[in-house]
Amino acid sequence: MDIATIITAINAAVPGADIQPGTAADRPTAVVPREYLLDTARVLRDDPSLRFDVLTEVTAVDWWPTEPRFEVVYHLVATSVPATLRLKVSLPRDDARVASLHTIWPSADWLEREVWDLFGIVFEQHGDLRRLLMPEDWEGHPLRKDYPVQIAMKPKVYEPLQLTEQEFRANIVADRDVRGGPHLPGR
Amino acid sequence: MAFDVEIPVLTTTVEKMVNWARMSSIWPVTFGLACCAIEMMSMSSSRYDIARFGAEVFRGSPRQSDLMIVAGRLSRKMAPALRRIYDQMPEPKWVISMGACASAGGVFDNYAIVQGVDQIVPVDVFVPGCPPRPESLIYGIIQLQKKIGASKLVVKAG
Repeated sequence: MDIATIITAINAAVPGADIQPGTAADRPTAVVPREYLLDTARVLRDDPSLRFDVLTEVTAVDWWPTEPRFEVVYHLVATSVPATLRLKVSLPRDDARVASLHTIWPSADWLEREVWDLFGIVFEQHGDLRRLLMPEDWEGHPLRKDYPVQIAMKPKVYEPLQLTEQEFRANIVADRDVRGGPHLPGR
Repeated sequence: MAFDVEIPVLTTTVEKMVNWARMSSIWPVTFGLACCAIEMMSMSSSRYDIARFGAEVFRGSPRQSDLMIVAGRLSRKMAPALRRIYDQMPEPKWVISMGACASAGGVFDNYAIVQGVDQIVPVDVFVPGCPPRPESLIYGIIQLQKKIGASKLVVKAG
């Protein structure tokens, strides 16, 4: 399955998307406008000629100080074809938001949390954007190019041993309100 | 009543005897953080055999340990856990900071790594190297044994 076939299939299924091929030596790459990302992803998963059933990676590139600053990169695999595909979505510096794909591929959940943690890119409708790698009370997003890397500050030595019962119950209630119960996106 | 067997008697002080016991059976807590831990494991295994110096019993529980070898770079997120394990060790206890990263941050001069574990716990011996060879760590343990052997049980007031 070459990139021209994939792009023709998506552009036929998502009107107005205007998806372009990207330049990459290792695998087919498509550049997607961010408004059409969710529809494109759904077509890529459900179209019987495409069947990209696994999202293996979500990452980002910070092109600071050029504009558009951020580029979110998705790696997809179609296990039955087999084929691989890379999607790229450019985001402006002042509005680094993109639709979450966790309803289409559940593996996006933690991958998007990691990208938010390190780049500060907001995934809309994700519902659980908490710190994944950095400490929970960390400020800033360290993989941004304008982050002060050699930062000098005192390390935190102490953290509470245990939650109180009230805090524990409040967490459960908050979790249920945000996620609507156990997180099982339908296919 | 007479004994026909001569009983050998050695006289010493309580301080010397206690210090001799402590320095001769150091039990390190298993605390490998990075590649230094590979050298630490090598040191405790057959080729270098730290049992020759009486410190081979690595324990999985801080409650049974009296030495913490901080082997590797300590991330800021890990620092409270390191301090908690140190606090759980019974007195008397000692700390060896193994390698450049644990001692001063090493090559990781960034936001994620603690620039020296002496900001978190009191360190007795710093072992330089990146990573230190097992011989270096054995030398560090011998230095620690000398320090334990010279410690005072009672500190006189004034």
